Order: sequence, then C-alpha cells, then structure tokens
Amino acid sequence: MKLRTVLSAVAVLLLAAFLAEMAGLVPFGDPPSPAMDEWFLARAQEETGANNVVTSIVFDYRGFDTLGEACVLFTAVLGVALALRKRDRQSEIAPPADEEEA
Amino acid sequence: MSKIVKTIAALLFPACLVFGAYVVLHGHLTPGGGFQGGAVMATAAALLLVAGIPLASKHEGRYHALEALGLGLFLFFAFVGLGAASGSFFFNALASHGFFGQAVAPGPNPGNLHTSGTIAWMNLAVGIEVLGGISVILYALREAARGEGDGKAEGDGK
Repeated sequence: MKLRTVLSAVAVLLLAAFLAEMAGLVPFGDPPSPAMDEWFLARAQEETGANNVVTSIVFDYRGFDTLGEACVLFTAVLGVALALRKRDRQSEIAPPADEEEA
Repeated sequence: MSKIVKTIAALLFPACLVFGAYVVLHGHLTPGGGFQGGAVMATAAALLLVAGIPLASKHEGRYHALEALGLGLFLFFAFVGLGAASGSFFFNALASHGFFGQAVAPGPNPGNLHTSGTIAWMNLAVGIEVLGGISVILYALREAARGEGDGKAEGDGK
C-alpha cells in the first residue's frame, strides 16, 4: 500500500508539472500567433539542411512523432501477419516457429 | 488474369518502383518522403499481385526482413545524433558529413540532393519499412483470400 501512495503522489506531481507547463504555451485556438511558424521558417534551412520545411519538422524537430508512427506501422503489420498467417499446418499441436519471425 | 493485364503490369512495375524511389530520395526537397514513397513502391508489388505474375511470390519472406531493417535503420540514425558533441537523440549529426552532408544554400533555391544529413537517411529507412510492411499486408491478404476459396484458380486471389 505504501508503494501505491508514493506512485499516486508522483502521478499527481507529474500532472501538476504538465499543467503548469501548459500555462506557458500558445493560447488554444490562436492561429494568428505566428511566433512558432516564423521560428521554423527562419531556422529550418540552416539547422537541418533541408529545403523542405515540412520534412525538417517531421524528421528532425518532431522525430519522436515519426518514430512513433513507424512503430505503429510495424505493430499493425505484425498484427495483420499474425491474424492472417498460413493455417495449412493446423493439425500440428505445437506452435509453428514462423509465428515468432513475423 | 489475361495476357494484356500481365504485360501492362510488367511494363508499369519498374516505373512504379522508380517513381517511388524518386519520392523517397527527394523527401527533403519536394513534397513526399519515406511514407508516401514507400507506399508508391508497395503499389508496384500490388500490381504484380493483382496481375498474378508469379515472380513476386518467391520474395515474400524478404518483405518481413525489409520491414524490420527499415525500422532498425531509422532508430540507428536517431541514435547517431547521440554520437555528436553536444548532440542528443534525433540530433542531425550528419548534416555536414557523409553522402547527404553538403551545406544547403540559404533562401529559396531549387535544392541540392546531397543535403539534410540524417533526414535523407531517415526518409530512406522509412521508405524501406513502408515498402516491406505494406507488401507483407498485401501478401497476407492474398494468402487469406486464397485459403477461403480452396477450389478457386491460383491466379484469382488478390
């Protein structure tokens, strides 16, 4: 039970930290505020060396997002391959080895 | 499928691959990138599948490997950023080294293929992953469709 109390306290502290951080963000629904756009447009080329600013954001500034996307794709393919795997050796009780390769 | 479909599919197959490779390799200069170009390249595999050209089924197992290789490469180039001085995860450490390491001209310009460092490499990795992943899905669906109608002809499944 004590561990649970500590974990709850940590969770509450994390939540408070995130909320405090959110107070400093650009106000919600404020598209005219161009600070971030101009920051990227002015610096993307020299910082990332890519002419395509969209790509520089997707693969550099927000690389973690793309890493997540790649993992989502990988997991989705894994699921499809597992769900639709060949069943012609169904009579064998032992799980076939190719399940683990997929 | 008929001979006409097979012939046209065989003609379009290399064009699809080349266009997909173009979209992947120019991801840092033009619209597109790894995800889009990989999907275009996977269309080439779909073309062979739909036309029932048997060449494709031999390489089925390799698409699994391609997918894993792509994700691994992407992670590798993310970790490369840690190697640089004052670097971090996803730091563009290859912006001035290696094949894609030339300095980019500031301001609007038509673009130089040999720029952008890890971004180009990551586009390549993601392109490989998407090509492998979508092809795995396509072949799995084909196998499933073939398993459903056991009496059907071989080339019929998609």
